[in-house]
Amino acid sequence: MCGIVGLLVKTPALKERLGELMVPMLIGMTERGPDSAGLAVFADPLAEGSRKLSLYSGLTDEGADFNWHGLTHALKDHLDVEAIIDVKNNHAVLSFAVAPDMIKRWLREHHPKLHILSTGRTIDLYKDVGTPAEVAERYDFKSMKGSHLVGHTRMATESAVTPDRAHPFTAGEDFCLVHNGSLSNPNDIRRKLQPHGIHFDTDNDTEAACRFLEWRLREGDELEAALQRGFDEMDGFYTFLMGTPDKLALIRDPFACKPAVVAETDDYVAIASEFRSLAHLPGVKHAHVFEPAPEEMYVWNA
Amino acid sequence: MERLSFDLAASSLSDMNRFLHRDLADGDRRHVSVLNPDGAHNIAVGLNHPVTVEVHGHAGYYAAGMNKHATVVIHGSAGTGVAENMMSGTVHVKGFASNGAGATAHGGLLVIDGDAGLRCGISLKGGDIVVGGSVGSFSGFMAQAGRMVICGNAGDALGDSLYEAVIYIRGTAKSLGADAQFEDMTDADYAALAELLSKAGLDHDPKSFRRIASARSLYHWNADADQEY
Repeated sequence: MCGIVGLLVKTPALKERLGELMVPMLIGMTERGPDSAGLAVFADPLAEGSRKLSLYSGLTDEGADFNWHGLTHALKDHLDVEAIIDVKNNHAVLSFAVAPDMIKRWLREHHPKLHILSTGRTIDLYKDVGTPAEVAERYDFKSMKGSHLVGHTRMATESAVTPDRAHPFTAGEDFCLVHNGSLSNPNDIRRKLQPHGIHFDTDNDTEAACRFLEWRLREGDELEAALQRGFDEMDGFYTFLMGTPDKLALIRDPFACKPAVVAETDDYVAIASEFRSLAHLPGVKHAHVFEPAPEEMYVWNA
Repeated sequence: MERLSFDLAASSLSDMNRFLHRDLADGDRRHVSVLNPDGAHNIAVGLNHPVTVEVHGHAGYYAAGMNKHATVVIHGSAGTGVAENMMSGTVHVKGFASNGAGATAHGGLLVIDGDAGLRCGISLKGGDIVVGGSVGSFSGFMAQAGRMVICGNAGDALGDSLYEAVIYIRGTAKSLGADAQFEDMTDADYAALAELLSKAGLDHDPKSFRRIASARSLYHWNADADQEY
């Protein structure tokens, strides 16, 4: 079992309150996912040539004491790159105005235990083990601002409880996916992707789905076409919620084995595994509340 | 008649369910309002008295499960398994219901004004279900007894492996399940349907429905089925 939450604000003023509105949604899904939690927030993009990486130091020897500012100094010394770091506990968002591959290569070489959670111009990502309330507090989720977000609370069934196996998963740039369910053919999908040079960070089934869909998008499929390919390729139980720089997308398996409910008002679209995570939202009593149908694509634009 | 109200934003669901289980006298017909249900699970489960419980908002999983004698009205949507294993009484969902609505119900009447999700009335054992909207795939799977009225459409495999339950559908089914077949409506069907529609407060013409029941070809093992040699 797991919990999924998503929120996309239509009213610009609500971008300031995105995190504050979301935290009770995430905590509301604690019973469905008490072991880990995570959040991807999409905000205004960096300049065209800039990128940011969300980094996790919890698996390094220093843990939360990781020398983040030493990292930016070293990037200046080694690569002559001016990087800006925004630290929250054992997470940090590193921004710079060069191609990300060079930075990622350097990080893998010099800090192999530093986990790269996401890459892009719009996405910030936080995930860790702990209850949703603990994780939200650790990274000050309530202060997060942006146009939309994807959150997850995990009750692991398919792989171990570790920070890197928590959701959201990312692949490529500015794409993330969370999953409630269990795939029955993740290894088939891996074997199809590996010859294309696609590398996996974990043994988690969700990572296979995430990398499959991102691969289709990178190959030129529109989101809807990629999701259709997903229906054809992925077997098992799933409610997937995905985030891109300007969209949230939801699909459910043909048996609708895992729940989802949507509440939409003029101000926002809110998605959760269950209504109890939506009950606190402003104006929800007059929202259009519906259950997404199985094997249908739901895409909302930010 | 005494009216009682439980605000789940202020008091616990367990307190309310405990009251409904333990503090009512036999034959208690009081009227209980539930405010701010906010999607909580197990609202008004296991009732055993002819009380009326009105839930003002959206209910979570298993609302009014195992209901006996009581009338439960949900002024909102219901999560998975509403009125699951109901024995008697009435459960009325004014909005939509999620998967497994009325599953294994032995008796009573479940009315859903909106759509029902997948597996509605799965393994129905004698209860009646009236859905004002459409139902999802695999509804009525292995339903043994009771009646199911679908005013809208149905998804795939409607009535798969039916026993003696009967399904009436006004719209279309994407597909019928194994051994389910359309049959002619009889006067008894029209009368039964008229009564169920009336109880549900719907005024559709019974003549606009079709009957689906078991062809009974799965009742006995056929060793020759699909044998090529």
